[in-house]
Amino acid sequence: MNEALLRSLTPGVLGILVRRGADFAAAEDAVQDALVEAVRVWPDDPPRDPKGWLITVAWRRFLDATRADAARRRREDLVEDEPPPGPAATADDTLQLYFLCAHPSLTPSSAVALTLRAVGGLTTRQIARAYLVPEATMAQRISRAKRTVADVRFDRPGDVATVLRVLYLVFNEGYSGDLDLVAEAIRLTRQLAATIDHPEVAGLLALMLLHHARRAARTAPDGSLIPLAEQDRGRWDTAMIAEGVGILQAALARDRLGEFQAQAAVAALHADAPTAEETDWVQIVEWYDELTRLTDSPVVRLNRAVAVGEADGPRAGLAALAALDASLPRYTAVAAYLHERDGDLATAARLYAEAARKASNLAERDHLTRQAARLNVRLDAGRDVRRSP
Amino acid sequence: MAKYLLLKHYRGAPAAVNDVPMDRWTPEEVTAHLRYMNDFAARLEKTGEYVDGQALSPEGTFVRYDGEGRPPVTDGPFAETKDLIAGWMVIDVDSHERAVELAGELSAAPGAGGKPIHEWLELRPFLHAEPTVTDCPHQ
Repeated sequence: MNEALLRSLTPGVLGILVRRGADFAAAEDAVQDALVEAVRVWPDDPPRDPKGWLITVAWRRFLDATRADAARRRREDLVEDEPPPGPAATADDTLQLYFLCAHPSLTPSSAVALTLRAVGGLTTRQIARAYLVPEATMAQRISRAKRTVADVRFDRPGDVATVLRVLYLVFNEGYSGDLDLVAEAIRLTRQLAATIDHPEVAGLLALMLLHHARRAARTAPDGSLIPLAEQDRGRWDTAMIAEGVGILQAALARDRLGEFQAQAAVAALHADAPTAEETDWVQIVEWYDELTRLTDSPVVRLNRAVAVGEADGPRAGLAALAALDASLPRYTAVAAYLHERDGDLATAARLYAEAARKASNLAERDHLTRQAARLNVRLDAGRDVRRSP
Repeated sequence: MAKYLLLKHYRGAPAAVNDVPMDRWTPEEVTAHLRYMNDFAARLEKTGEYVDGQALSPEGTFVRYDGEGRPPVTDGPFAETKDLIAGWMVIDVDSHERAVELAGELSAAPGAGGKPIHEWLELRPFLHAEPTVTDCPHQ
C-alpha cells in the first residue's frame, strides 16, 4: 500500500467535507478515522477510486460522529443538502487548508502540528514522536489549534508567507524522531507548489531540495557534523540539485525576488562548486546583500560576514563581524572560524571552546568542541617544537 | 523495578580523577567519548532499562514569582560557584545495586589520553507512587 499516495489525498478529502458543510474540527477527525480505516482495509481490498473511497468513509464517519449529539437536526439538513458527487475544486480546497492551518492566530508550534495532521495526513502519534513530546500533549495542542481556527472562514484567501514560514519550520526541525520531517516538509511544499503559482513557494522548494541534496555528506558515520568545505561532494544528490536549480531558475526569471529565492540562490552557488575552493564567494556575498535588503535580519548579516571572509579575506570578514551584536547565536563560532583563517589559532581555540558552551544543539556543540581540541593539539605541538633544542 | 535519575555535572561534583576540560583532549578522544556515551544509552535501551535522557546547556537563569501583575524576577547567569547540571538520564532497574553498577560504567567513559574520566555522577532514586497493596499480609 502506498502511504504517500494516501496522505497526499488528505487535504483534498478534508476540503470536500468542509465544503459540504462539515465544521473543520469534526471533518478533520473524520478524515483521520478514514485514513486509519484505509490503512487497515486497502492492503486486502484496494479501492478502484481511492479518493472517492476516502470521501465516502470520512463523510460517513462525520455523520456518525454528529448523529448522537444535538447536531442531529443540522446533520439531517446536511444529508438533504449534500451536493452531487463530481469534480470539486480540489486545488483550491488544498490551498485553503494550507492557509487555515497556518492561520496567523495560531502559535508556530500549533500551526506546525495542525499542518502536519490536516494537510499532511499524519497521525497525532507520528507527530508527537517527531517532536519528542507525549502523544497526549500533541493531541491537546492539535485540538486547541482546531478550536482557535473554528471561526475562520474557509473561503478567504490567506497569506502565502505564513504558510511558507510553517513549512520552513518543519523543514528545519530535522531528523529528531522516527519520522523524517525534512522529507515531509519537502512533500508538503511540493504539493503547495503544484497548487499555487508563486515564486517564493518555488524558492522555498528549491532551497529545501538544495539543502536536502547534501544530507548524506553532512554527517559522518559516527553522527558528527561535516562542514560544507570538507564534505565529499561525490555524495551530494546531483539529480536533486538539478531539480532545485531548475525550479530556482524558473522562479528567478519571473523577477519577483523574495528571501527564499535568495537563500536558494546561495545554496545553488554552493551546490554548483565542484570543490570548496571553486565556490563563487563574490556572488554569494552579492546574494547576502540582496537578502539583507529583503529581510534586514542579523542572522543574514552574520552569514554575510562568513562569505565576506571567504571573498575578501578573514580580516574583511572580521571587520564585517565587528559591526554585529556579539550575542547573536553562532556569532562566537563565526569569530572562531575567521580568527583561525587569519592564523590566530590561540584566539580561535578559545572562541571555539566558548562557542561550544553556547551551542544550542548537540551535534553543533560536539563539532565545536572538536574544533577547539584540534587547534589545541596543534598549539601544544607548536610549543613542544619551540621547547626542544 | 525502580527508577533512578543519573545526574552529570558541569561543576559542583567532586573533581574527577582524569579532570581535563574537553577542549584540551584530542578530537579523536572527543569522538571516542561521545561514542561511549551513545553506546551506553543504546545498550540500556536493548536491556529495557533506559527511560529518557537529555543534555543541558550550561546557560540558564533562576526565576521566581514576584507578585500579582508583576513580571517574574530572573537572576542569572549562574554564579561560578553554583552546582551546574550538564545532563540527566533516567533508568528503570531491578535494584539499587544495578543502578550503582550502571552509574559506575557511565563514569568510566574515556576522556583525555583515552583513559576513564572517573567522573562523579549523582544517583538519585525517584520517590515511588503509593503502592496498590498497603496492608502487610503477615499482620
